Amino acid sequence: MQKIRSSEITSAAEYVAYQRTLSRRGLLGALAGVAGGVLAAACAPASGAVDAQPAATMAADPTMAPVPTSAGTVAAPAIAATPASVAANADELGDSFTERASVTGYNNYYEFSTDKEGVAPAAAGFAVDPWTVQVGGLVNKPATFDIGQLRRQFGEEERVYRLRCVEAWSMVIPWQGFQLSKLLEAVEPQGAAKYVRFETLLDPARMPGQQQAWYSWPYVEGLRLDEAMHSLTLLATGLYGSALLPQNGAPLRLVTPWKYGFKSIKAIVKIDLVAEQPTSLWMAAAPNEYGFYANVNPQVDHPRWSQASERRIGEFSRRPTLPFNGYADAVAGLYAGMDLQANF
Amino acid sequence: MMAHWLRRNWPLLAAHVGGWYPLASLLLDAARQRLTANPIQYITLHTGKPALVLLVLCLACTPADHFFAVRPALRVRKLLGLYAFGYATLHFFIFAVIDYGLDVSQIMNIVAKKPYALVGFSALLALLPLALTSTRGWQRRLGSKWKQLHRLVYVAGLLAVVHYIWLVKSDVRQPLLWAAAVGALLLLRLRAASPLAAATRTWVRRQLTRVQ
Repeated sequence: MQKIRSSEITSAAEYVAYQRTLSRRGLLGALAGVAGGVLAAACAPASGAVDAQPAATMAADPTMAPVPTSAGTVAAPAIAATPASVAANADELGDSFTERASVTGYNNYYEFSTDKEGVAPAAAGFAVDPWTVQVGGLVNKPATFDIGQLRRQFGEEERVYRLRCVEAWSMVIPWQGFQLSKLLEAVEPQGAAKYVRFETLLDPARMPGQQQAWYSWPYVEGLRLDEAMHSLTLLATGLYGSALLPQNGAPLRLVTPWKYGFKSIKAIVKIDLVAEQPTSLWMAAAPNEYGFYANVNPQVDHPRWSQASERRIGEFSRRPTLPFNGYADAVAGLYAGMDLQANF
Repeated sequence: MMAHWLRRNWPLLAAHVGGWYPLASLLLDAARQRLTANPIQYITLHTGKPALVLLVLCLACTPADHFFAVRPALRVRKLLGLYAFGYATLHFFIFAVIDYGLDVSQIMNIVAKKPYALVGFSALLALLPLALTSTRGWQRRLGSKWKQLHRLVYVAGLLAVVHYIWLVKSDVRQPLLWAAAVGALLLLRLRAASPLAAATRTWVRRQLTRVQ
């Protein structure tokens, strides 16, 4: 029997997220009359070193033990660039996807407009091809990727994530993209690299909001290296089965579902591995209100408003906000021993 | 007949139109399903802002008369104040009943812990006695105290702009403009400003008679 290191074992919440993908596929498979065993094989990662489980059990019991993979991360089935199936239409907690019209029509994206409904019209026609992403800093293999090359090289898988905005509203979004860890592994971070710094395109002519001098453009965000390498951390290239629209951060945006939405930087052109903690645009704008970590935390209020509850877009009443936006099992360990009041 | 009425009462008409316009446009937005993906936030903002705008217009009435001899402004001052109070009440109602479903513990928690909510609520409380005593009867009953009491409107104005400033995420330029407006209108009411008021008023009157 192959020995499995504990570091290779996927945590429960990650597994639940993984399960989501599986069960959706499972449903499709059932519809197609495909036997469970075949499905399990179909869901296995390309590298294939997975304990085979009968698919029926996997789909039915989300509480079962995690499935370790050779890569030590959640293995998502290889998905072609075709629109993802969204049969189940809900996240692992059973909450329905937010309507596509809201996801693509209600956006915080100050590069285009400070009016959330004004972003989509302002961003319409924003050209995202050609687009290159420079990955460098403290790495052995710095590289400039064309966006198409990124998609081909790292693939596209579906992840259903909750997005919790710091303004206390939230959505459930079916993203497509690839794990940031794949890209980082490809450029080989050096030992001195402790953080990842992301930068949005700076082009005031095409992003009229950048003509406003109030903020220090371009938008900058950062993650600690372990956060960046975490299997939940996604570089999204699509949502709801089609390529990202400009208002959602096309062609490439970060998604860190356990952090407030402003961490998920859009229209990324530059990713650098660095030794020092980067200063994000929001940290620079209001250091006492927006911290580096920005983990969703109902116990730590924004200095001026409460974070205890949120409104899910499309719902009438508020719902309580979950620690780490419901991903505590997967990510709380990253912050063990840290004072989350101080590191907000 | 109609023309005569209009000539006499256009300020009142304008004030009523201005007072109902925000609500009408909100209802129209609702009918056309244009309340955005986050309708409760939308209606909260679109009742709060008219409350502030009407309050500032109300505060501008007396200086408009004192400095520019715009007599009709005085006739709409009370009306604008009442409309402002109406929108502020609606704004609070939406926050407490629709947004927080009258969850008293959550509301108290927010009002106690979050200065912006407390300040906004205080602004409403400051307006309340003014609305209640806005009738001629109360004006008579309170006598000289009425005027003192109604200076609270400046307190309400200042609280309202602080509420606004504390609400925005980072870019406070707009709220600061409104704060500057309230501040300026308050300064114009200071005794030190009255010689200036008299001078500008006389000048304006002279210009007007020359035109006529």
